[in-house]
Amino acid sequence: MTAIATVQETPATAAPAGTSVVLEATDIVKELGHGAGKVRALKGVSLALNTGELTLLMGPSGSGKTTLLSILGCILSPTSGTLTVAGKPTTGLTPEALASLRRRHVGFIFQSYNLFPTLTAEENVRLALDVRGDRGSDAIVHAQRALHHVGLRHKLKSYPANLSGGEQQRVAVARSLVGAPSVILADEPTAALDSENGLAVMALLSQIAKDKSRAVLAVTHDPRTVPFADRILRIEDGLIVGEERRTEGVETVHELARNRKRKANA
Amino acid sequence: MTLTLAFRNLFHDRVRLAVTLVGILFSIVLVAVQLGLYLGARGMIISMIDRADGDLWIMAYGTKNFEEAQPIRARERYVALATPGVVSAVPLVTAFTDWRKPTGGSTLVVVIGADHEDGGLAPWNIVEGSVTGLGVRDAVIVDKTYLAELGIKGVGDTAQVGSSRVRVVGLTEGIRSFTVTPFIFTTLNRARSLIDMPADNITYVLTKVAPGADIEKVRADIRAKLPDSEVLTKAEFRTRSLNHWLFATGAGVALIGGAVLGLIVGTVIVAQTLYSSTKDHLSEFATLRALGSSSGYIHKVILMQAGLSAVLGYVLGMAIALTIVYLSEHTALPIVMSPGLAALLLGLTFAMCAISALSAIGKVMRIDPAMVFNR
Repeated sequence: MTAIATVQETPATAAPAGTSVVLEATDIVKELGHGAGKVRALKGVSLALNTGELTLLMGPSGSGKTTLLSILGCILSPTSGTLTVAGKPTTGLTPEALASLRRRHVGFIFQSYNLFPTLTAEENVRLALDVRGDRGSDAIVHAQRALHHVGLRHKLKSYPANLSGGEQQRVAVARSLVGAPSVILADEPTAALDSENGLAVMALLSQIAKDKSRAVLAVTHDPRTVPFADRILRIEDGLIVGEERRTEGVETVHELARNRKRKANA
Repeated sequence: MTLTLAFRNLFHDRVRLAVTLVGILFSIVLVAVQLGLYLGARGMIISMIDRADGDLWIMAYGTKNFEEAQPIRARERYVALATPGVVSAVPLVTAFTDWRKPTGGSTLVVVIGADHEDGGLAPWNIVEGSVTGLGVRDAVIVDKTYLAELGIKGVGDTAQVGSSRVRVVGLTEGIRSFTVTPFIFTTLNRARSLIDMPADNITYVLTKVAPGADIEKVRADIRAKLPDSEVLTKAEFRTRSLNHWLFATGAGVALIGGAVLGLIVGTVIVAQTLYSSTKDHLSEFATLRALGSSSGYIHKVILMQAGLSAVLGYVLGMAIALTIVYLSEHTALPIVMSPGLAALLLGLTFAMCAISALSAIGKVMRIDPAMVFNR
């Protein structure tokens, strides 16, 4: 059995004991567009991601989830506010320096997997190492190990077109993991998957988040993902409006399946 | 991985690859043919000057090229010979005249008269007969390329030049004229007779300077003694002939212009296909950017794609160009493919593809990496 304690904290920056903050955003404001069409997508968001935790960022469409994810991943720069990733402030960094920060400290998982259709599963994973300059036989070993970790030992040489959606997302998870980043950011990781595969991917992310050197943040509006979270941040209209912290352990996939069956039978 | 990615991107869409290769191939073949013709023309224009054994050429003022020269007095040879530093001065006669075919009709030829024992200018690449055969009465040597043009079949055939009869005693191979006017080799006196030139006239004096002698001083001394003639070094005469035939007539400009056009068309085709390929793979480049790849990494992928296209296009284009070169070998206007031209074409192909890649790189650099989150 699990329980969720709802705690309202603003800003959402408190780190529980035994964890450390690897990403910290303070008063992030992001304005998009120009002139009359200018929109304030984020209105002063503050949050911290802690190692060993899977944090869900949930909110309705247009609430600023993806904009916030882009900023936390150093893909977009905030209009104002500060961001620190792995202890490194990002303010004033050039696009090349931000890219360098991304490849060393951030792993991404995308809703549509964003795998390269012309590369095999192993090559797709190896690409994340290649952009960092890690090449040769070590890179192959690391890529294969990452794929073993996500249960795709038998699909190393398969092309994305020959993989199911769940398998493709697991390749994307392996790609995000292989460089041992401090932060993994996932954008709607289950949205394109059926229930079974969605749960499997969330279980995998939850397992990855157990690593005390890494934090995982998943943007989602899929309620099925909630049981896997250590923490849930609610965003609305460009502001973090609430934080819920789960006080007990995360259900395993088997527990989830069992509970769902029980509910169905009842 | 950059090479793998470039290779897979390239071969992912076979139709687009085919269009790219056709663009490069078309460009290479066009440039190879145009520059090959240019090289062939250049070789033909300067072949006589290069083959002639002389350091200094004495000729009538205003001579523009080897074939078209006014006569000078034969005594100028002796003036040259009397100049300190000169070891030999060989008279040479050239002029356009009519060749009457035995089968009827006539064609323009260039008669070249020199006594081979003087060591001035003798036919080379003789494939039938020999240069000593020119000692026989009425003897001439012609090139195989022009047999049909001259209305003859080979050695032993006769024709009429001016009011004299000539007999073919030898055949050369590959001595062709830029003007497509056949060269007719004969002796000095017979040449004079064929073109009705007075006995005290010649066209050139080929002057050989003693080893170690100051060629400029020898030239100045000859000039001082022959104020009505021009004295050019071999290199100067070569340049003057080239300038006349290739640039004053516009022939060379047309050939080079054709080559430039080929390059432009090739660049546009390759740029377009590369750009559209990049556009198709934009989300992948955005993913690369999101994964933290540097701009240089992405440039490398696109440039490698361009480089691979260049190598494939070059190999196919050269195969076709070499076939055309082979087929033109025995024509009046041969296309020449030298190692230098092959290397130049390779360089131009890479440059063309690299320039073509710029538009694709520009497109990728404008990508918003946040598009990876677009659904």
